[in-house]
Amino acid sequence: MLADKDRIFTNLYGFQPWGIDHAMKRGDWADTKELLALGQDAIIQKVKDSGLRGRGGAGFPTGMKWSFMPKESKDGRPSFLVVNADESEPGSCKDREIIRHDPHKLVEGALIAGFAMRARAAYIYIRGEYIREAEVLFAAVEEAYAKGFLGKNACGSGYDFDVFVHRGAGAYICGEETAMIESLEGKKGQPRLKPPFPAGVGLYGCPTTVNNVESIAVVPTILRRGSDWFAGFGRPNNQGTKLFQISGHVNRPCVVEEAMSIPFRELIDTHCGGIRGGWDNLLAVIPGGSSVPLVPAHQIIDAPMDFDGLRDLKSGLGTAAVIVMDKSTDIIRAIARISYFYKHESCGQCTPCREGTGWMWRVMERLVSGDAEPHEVDMLLEVTTQVEGHTICALGDAAAWPIQGLIRHFRPEIEARIAKRRGFAAVPELPQAAE
Amino acid sequence: MTASTDFIDFVDFQWTEANKAEAERIVGRYPKGREASAIMPLLWLAQYQMGAQTGVAWLPLPVIEFVAAQIGMPKIRALEVATFYTMYNLKPVGRFHVQVCGTTPCMLRGSDDVLRACADKGLKKGEVTNDGLFTLTEVECLGACANAPMVQVNDDNYEDLTYETMTAILEELIAGRTPKVGSQIGRTASCPEGGPTSLTATLKETA
Amino acid sequence: MPKVTVDGIEVEVPAGATVMQACEAAGKEIPRFCYHERLSIAGNCRMCLVEVSPGPPKPQASCALPAAEGQVILTESPKVKKAREGVMEFLLINHPLDCPICDQGGECDLQDQAMAYGRGGSRFEENKRAVTEKHMGPLVKTVMTRCIHCTRCVRFIEEVAGTNEVGALYRGENMQITSYLEQAVASEISGNVIDLCPVGALTSKPTAFNARPWELKRTDSIDVMDAVGTNIVVGSRSGAVVRVTPRVNDDVNEEWLADTGRFGVDGLKERRLDRPWVRVNGELQPATWGQAFAAVKAALADVPGERIAALAGNLSAVEELVAAKDLLAGFGASRLESRTDGAAYQGPAAHWRFNSTLAGIETADVILLVGADPRYDAPLVNSRIRKAVRRRGAAVFRIGAGSDPVYDVTQLGDDLSLLADLPAEVKAKLAAAERPAILIGSRNASAEVLAAAHALSGLFVKDGWNGFNILHDAASRVGALTVGWAGEGVEALAANPPAVLFLLGVDEVALARFAGSTKIYVGSHGDRGAAVADIILPAAAWSEKPGTYLNMEGRVQRALRATFPPGDAREDWTIFRALADVLGITLGYDNLEQLRARIAREWPELGAEALTPAAWEAAAPGAGKPAGAAKPRESDFYSSNPILRASPTMRACVAEILEGREPLLEAAE
Repeated sequence: MLADKDRIFTNLYGFQPWGIDHAMKRGDWADTKELLALGQDAIIQKVKDSGLRGRGGAGFPTGMKWSFMPKESKDGRPSFLVVNADESEPGSCKDREIIRHDPHKLVEGALIAGFAMRARAAYIYIRGEYIREAEVLFAAVEEAYAKGFLGKNACGSGYDFDVFVHRGAGAYICGEETAMIESLEGKKGQPRLKPPFPAGVGLYGCPTTVNNVESIAVVPTILRRGSDWFAGFGRPNNQGTKLFQISGHVNRPCVVEEAMSIPFRELIDTHCGGIRGGWDNLLAVIPGGSSVPLVPAHQIIDAPMDFDGLRDLKSGLGTAAVIVMDKSTDIIRAIARISYFYKHESCGQCTPCREGTGWMWRVMERLVSGDAEPHEVDMLLEVTTQVEGHTICALGDAAAWPIQGLIRHFRPEIEARIAKRRGFAAVPELPQAAE
Repeated sequence: MTASTDFIDFVDFQWTEANKAEAERIVGRYPKGREASAIMPLLWLAQYQMGAQTGVAWLPLPVIEFVAAQIGMPKIRALEVATFYTMYNLKPVGRFHVQVCGTTPCMLRGSDDVLRACADKGLKKGEVTNDGLFTLTEVECLGACANAPMVQVNDDNYEDLTYETMTAILEELIAGRTPKVGSQIGRTASCPEGGPTSLTATLKETA
Repeated sequence: MPKVTVDGIEVEVPAGATVMQACEAAGKEIPRFCYHERLSIAGNCRMCLVEVSPGPPKPQASCALPAAEGQVILTESPKVKKAREGVMEFLLINHPLDCPICDQGGECDLQDQAMAYGRGGSRFEENKRAVTEKHMGPLVKTVMTRCIHCTRCVRFIEEVAGTNEVGALYRGENMQITSYLEQAVASEISGNVIDLCPVGALTSKPTAFNARPWELKRTDSIDVMDAVGTNIVVGSRSGAVVRVTPRVNDDVNEEWLADTGRFGVDGLKERRLDRPWVRVNGELQPATWGQAFAAVKAALADVPGERIAALAGNLSAVEELVAAKDLLAGFGASRLESRTDGAAYQGPAAHWRFNSTLAGIETADVILLVGADPRYDAPLVNSRIRKAVRRRGAAVFRIGAGSDPVYDVTQLGDDLSLLADLPAEVKAKLAAAERPAILIGSRNASAEVLAAAHALSGLFVKDGWNGFNILHDAASRVGALTVGWAGEGVEALAANPPAVLFLLGVDEVALARFAGSTKIYVGSHGDRGAAVADIILPAAAWSEKPGTYLNMEGRVQRALRATFPPGDAREDWTIFRALADVLGITLGYDNLEQLRARIAREWPELGAEALTPAAWEAAAPGAGKPAGAAKPRESDFYSSNPILRASPTMRACVAEILEGREPLLEAAE
């Protein structure tokens, strides 16, 4: 288990007040001026050395992402940092804890990251439904300005930097970086075509980097404690500590900071009091938020919870939002509900997603009741492949993968339900998927 | 959507003094010439003001047009935004907008029971109750999955719900009282029930 | 100049080209719905997917991806085919199977591409989506269930038309295209969304259910509703014009057409003069051609040439203008005037042309509008100015009131005296500009305004650039001036009224001033001119005759005959030719070829379809200072000529778009 001394988010549960005085006691804003004095390139190098990969789901190396930003503005365009606090992936609830209990880690991180990528300001895009969380964030930014940590000559560094908070209004798709930029510009949150990439043409047509809240909030600590310290956790290529969010059928759901690559069983036993009804009662796990395919019990139990470990299981770490399902779960309904989510959240811009998410959901609903033809399972699988990889953004993929995971691991369950509905006698009691 | 005389009452919408200043602050967050960026926060502010002034937090068309005019945005663009994001209520809602999360993590932990509790109190999805008190909406993941199932009523979350606790919350609201927000089983935020498995030192320090 | 390989074919494409353009350069057809050359790239239909390496393993939208050196592109691989078939299936699952009753049938991109990428049958077992119709006004009919959400219409209205009144509301599968609150689309070029719509979601309301595209005879013609010279195709059936659509001509109209040109054609069937009329005892009486010609002969008897005059209308072709001129010359008459709006321009062609050229105005960087309302005088010039503003950041200044121009304009004031006394900062801007342009509205081109403009011409005319422009709204004007229809001016003519006045489709002039003249009206519609005429000789409308027109930039273009004139009406020039016989005058031509040969002899530049050159000559300093408010348009956009005034569709536009009256809904709506 990760030792408390190695935890970055020391006020994760809000045992202490979030305010700046307490935050400073916890070490935030301690020597920010010195950190900035390292210089842009050194900061980026340290972040690269730490092995930090983006905590928003895709796992792109954070330092490398920053290095794509222009070192100087040839045409007078400023650069922007956009912090993605549009936490909306079903299962994810970590950024909320950072924002409401440890907001100064984020605000300080935004300054340092923005400085490192030579941005003129950061916009923190917080999902609209985080109403109380946004109140805290607005207040935290105010506090930082009041102390001179932001604004002109931020922290006495000689660097001018602003942080603005922008609230969303209910659209999962705005978590996609270019949709977020569109939304920030006052438009519908419809993802842009790439190229051009935001680092070239982003917010207001200016170079922009979009980073997840957690990616930004860990940066000050990484700089203070050193890249090696951070890189010392987890397996190579999967380093650092990570906020895991465990929901579903565990005895004690929670959000907890752990070392990357922690085995699933250890994560659950240490922090969640085990699986509801014991380990034998585990059916399947969606290990990284609703977008990633589910993993059946026997595959995940001893798997390391990191990018590579879960990729090897044809799933993904995503945001480390671990949705646990025990054997009481109607697994088809659980996935159908996810299909509904994607249908509801499709922006409608491009054809495969707009039309495909609705189609997939409707077929899934019929699979829940078994009101389908047996061949429709294959048809559904084919429809998912017609969506996957053909859309502007990754929402199409995210809508396809859970269904693919379901069919991959639970096809007998689906077929049995169809057979039952069609009145076939003597449906054999099928073993649990892939046992 | 067609123009309707229902909206006629709202053509005189104006910011309150406080919100006028707030609206200016909001517009000031964005660079000059990028006032369109303010559309989302301004629509929200307007909806909030509607709620405060009329008890019904929604956005009648004239209010959307008022906001669009303030930042020089074409009306159709403002309406696009207002119809794209789910938190703008284009129809009147009850005084309490009961938003039950029904997405899988909440579903796994009993959002069906929460919805049943609502139904048993006479709430119907998408409808305003006759007394104007409630609108029930099944919403998508609200990002409190470790505290599932949960509901958001206006600005506050109620978490770790059961049929009984949801019923109790609705009864409190009906009675005109303010239910305790947050976890209904007494846990601190998303800390494991029964006490933390980490950060125990800080807990002691605080205590 | 990146070199790429498309299906094994190596092609070199210009820098900045897209993968789609590279594929086309290699001769590969790429299916598409949302992509359109003249609109921003949306990349939303996903039909143009191709495989590109290096790059991500998934297929890429070729419309949006820049071509880069060394790319290997596959357009026919199994992966590409599967991707396109998948997209096609998605487009069709919620598309109604109503092709048999859809007006787009026969020219539907979805239909066509379904032939290549569609499945034999549907696997979609769910209910299809139904979308309520959206009212968009009297011109555009909607069947929104057919919409495939390509957003071409939204982009056109936002980017080209600039009126920002159409959008896509809601999201996901509930996304719906609509005008704001289903108000009538007010753009003057709204009809282009019908052509842009790749499916039958937006079709022409006035011609709904009238004809199938393959039933129509297609005749190339030129739009005469304004002076742009828009290239059009007239679709006719059974001798009647059914519809008008634009042809592509990048120099003139790109591929757009103003709503008057597209929808005014139902006016061709209404209020037609289909027989001669002669006024007897103050009353117009039906007459035969013989009786009418006899009346003309009688009216001209013993009238000296200097007491005979002719006015050219706004829709006249060069042929009839020359024939009429020749006829009048036969009895020594030379008082010809085409500047019926009171304009005073004369002299070298460059003094009354749109010298920057229509395409050229897009490259202007500072534009001064003087008494001009381009949005309605010449909508497609206005869309070019909008382009200059949007793409080049051109600054536009305006003297004289006008409508909302759909781009930012700095209003200097209403009084034309400002032109002689330009604010210093405006003058400085013009002086500093690379390509400054002035647009003088023809109706305000008085001698004083022109003198003031010419005094500034040093600002606008420089090496390789001539920004001195008259903005015409009469299709006939530049042609008429070219063949010598500039005389003493309407005012002088009225002050010394002729005994006999020929009116070639003249309906926009206050004719009461010529109460004492015998007025011979040669035209197509029973409008203002015919109402006061003493003799009416029924003539062909533009669609019923071959004709040569010069647009405002001096481009010679020929229209072909699509249909025949009704009843006893005749092609205009033949009327003058016949009249010549009656009057004993020899014109020297008996058919159109001979007439055109005669024209080409005197004006060689009119012999071929091309932009005719006009060399700049500095004007002699003029006298007088402009004063007074600029004249606004005399008529609204939808009522500016007899054909439009006769058009039921244009009347509906006036009622709904201009007067804001509730539309009369069709029974089925």
